[in-house]
Amino acid sequence: MTKDRIDRRFAALAAEGRAAFVAYIVAGDPSREVSQAILEGLPAAGADIIEVGFPFSDPMAEGPSIQFGSQRALKAGMTLQGVLDMVAAFRTRDQDTPVILMGYLNPVLNRGYDRFAADAAAAGTDGLIVVDCPPEEADPLADALEANGVALIRLATPTTDDKRLPAVVRRTSGFVYYVSVAGVTGVKEADAAAVAHPVQRLKAASGLPVAVGFGIRTPERAAEVARVADAAVVGSALVDEIAGALEAGTNENVTERVLSKAAELAKAVKSARVRDA
Amino acid sequence: MNAPTKPNDWNALPDANGRFGEFGGRYVAETLMPLVLDLDRAYAEAKADPAFQGELKGFLKHYVGRPNPLYFAERLTAHLGGAKIYFKREELNHTGAHKINNCMGQILLAMRMGKTRIIAETGAGQHGVATATVCARFGLPCVVYMGAVDVERQKPNVFRMNLLGAEVRPVTSGASTLKDAMNEAMRDWVTNVADTYYLIGTAAGPHPYPAMVRDFQSVIGEEIKAQILEAEGRLPDAVVACVGGGSNAIGTFHPFLADEQVRIFGVEASGHGLDTDKHAASLTGGRPGVLHGNKTYLLQDADGQILDAHSISAGLDYPGIGPEHSWLHDIGRAKYLTCTDDEALAAFKLCAELEGIIPALETAHALAKLPEVVKEVGKDGIVVLTMSGRGDKDVNTVANALGMSI
Repeated sequence: MTKDRIDRRFAALAAEGRAAFVAYIVAGDPSREVSQAILEGLPAAGADIIEVGFPFSDPMAEGPSIQFGSQRALKAGMTLQGVLDMVAAFRTRDQDTPVILMGYLNPVLNRGYDRFAADAAAAGTDGLIVVDCPPEEADPLADALEANGVALIRLATPTTDDKRLPAVVRRTSGFVYYVSVAGVTGVKEADAAAVAHPVQRLKAASGLPVAVGFGIRTPERAAEVARVADAAVVGSALVDEIAGALEAGTNENVTERVLSKAAELAKAVKSARVRDA
Repeated sequence: MNAPTKPNDWNALPDANGRFGEFGGRYVAETLMPLVLDLDRAYAEAKADPAFQGELKGFLKHYVGRPNPLYFAERLTAHLGGAKIYFKREELNHTGAHKINNCMGQILLAMRMGKTRIIAETGAGQHGVATATVCARFGLPCVVYMGAVDVERQKPNVFRMNLLGAEVRPVTSGASTLKDAMNEAMRDWVTNVADTYYLIGTAAGPHPYPAMVRDFQSVIGEEIKAQILEAEGRLPDAVVACVGGGSNAIGTFHPFLADEQVRIFGVEASGHGLDTDKHAASLTGGRPGVLHGNKTYLLQDADGQILDAHSISAGLDYPGIGPEHSWLHDIGRAKYLTCTDDEALAAFKLCAELEGIIPALETAHALAKLPEVVKEVGKDGIVVLTMSGRGDKDVNTVANALGMSI
């Protein structure tokens, strides 16, 4: 029942009165080894939850940063099995930090839902986010995940109206992910004031914590969002650090750069507020 | 899982969830789901509205030039020495291909929905030109996403789109062809949800696109039916069309699905050959998966990563296929053949020399398989091939392939 790890983490943070910092990386970017080092360094850098992107050839909802990260990972030979192996290796060192896999449906479908769910659970995965699998198409996948205790984490967006909301939160567990902008990852900036109301609406409808992502790049923005949501997710800004390090030709500093950026963001989230529980 | 079976009513599909058997569906990001559901409702209303259908019919007649002829290809028939071959002359439509049938339908729908900005993807550029054309005609701004490789090999069409006032955005991600252009169009759509209408050019994508594009293209098959009855007093023994995403093919096939005596042949592009990694034959060389909003046959690797397709014809250079074709393939109602680049080039030349018609390279794939089809239906048979587009856009590509310069 690995989704309990998510519930425990949010309960502990609620007791502390603060929001979670969720760090997203693309597994295998820029290589299996470096990516593993980043993954294992993230908890100490302050990541409360880690989203591990499994790369896909056609990431339709991603902006340029994560597109390039996905291409680097695929070029370096990353596969879905490789991603599960990375999570399993991470779990030998960290039994507390929730790990959420995030990506697109075809690699999961290709593996078979039941086999994927069983393997993901065995590797120590706590949840799954599939960008291109709306609730209308999700029941077979939800069956497989529920049978293996892996949370299906659903995306809600600015276009999700009241009529649609019940369908969106049905069979979701762990937390709900609010996509704060209509757009791809890492391009438009989230407006913290504008997300406050949808976050409350989602919390009421789902009874679950709500994480906000897709438009958070800076510590300032992360702190703003952390004041109104249960978690702030940052992806593109971390992936950009990899691109930046590679461009600068400082390959050996990739891990350090990503983790120092993560620490900066984590600090901002942690100092954002002391919340009334 | 139950074995797929033929339906009693071929028009009953897709079902309410956009399924043709296991294929189709709506696999899009949540941001797009409300838009796709909206489109489904709006299209259902328009489809049932005689005023909408009347308006569309008027534009198809006076602007597109329908009905176009069903032409008896006498010299090609004599050359192949078997069944009578007819061409359905979609290449005589305004803009030179079947693509405008669908664009006219969708632009009228977009305006009915109050959308003020149009985006599209294009491979060969024919759909881009058709979209730019209807946008010019109705005064709507138009952005066309086109793979950078295709921009290079289809320069005349890029120029045409620009003349028509469209902005062509070259796409450099992935292999820089049609699949990548479609990814980029989806990214635009998800970013501009309020005002933008995504005018998909093929019978693929999330429901209702496969059904809607099929409906708008079915004018091809409906006209064939009426025209062949007039010319021959009976239905054809076979219909043939090339298949990339499959819009001209499904438009040709769909009105004949219930006529079981009519055999149906689609032709996929096998590029350098099915035994190489350079082909675009999704049905013959792929397996089911999910891409671009629908479940369908895809070219993919062992890990479920989508492979880059290859065809000399930019319009067939796509690793997927419309979901209704996947279903017709699985239930065996249609038979899908494959044609290599070289076979298509030979057929391209033959058609030009014998019939005085320079076909699109896409269509040349269907032409190349006529000997097989003719053999299957026998000497007294009648075969109708959809001449989906004209080949003016391809003369540079063909000259290069033949080692000539223009």
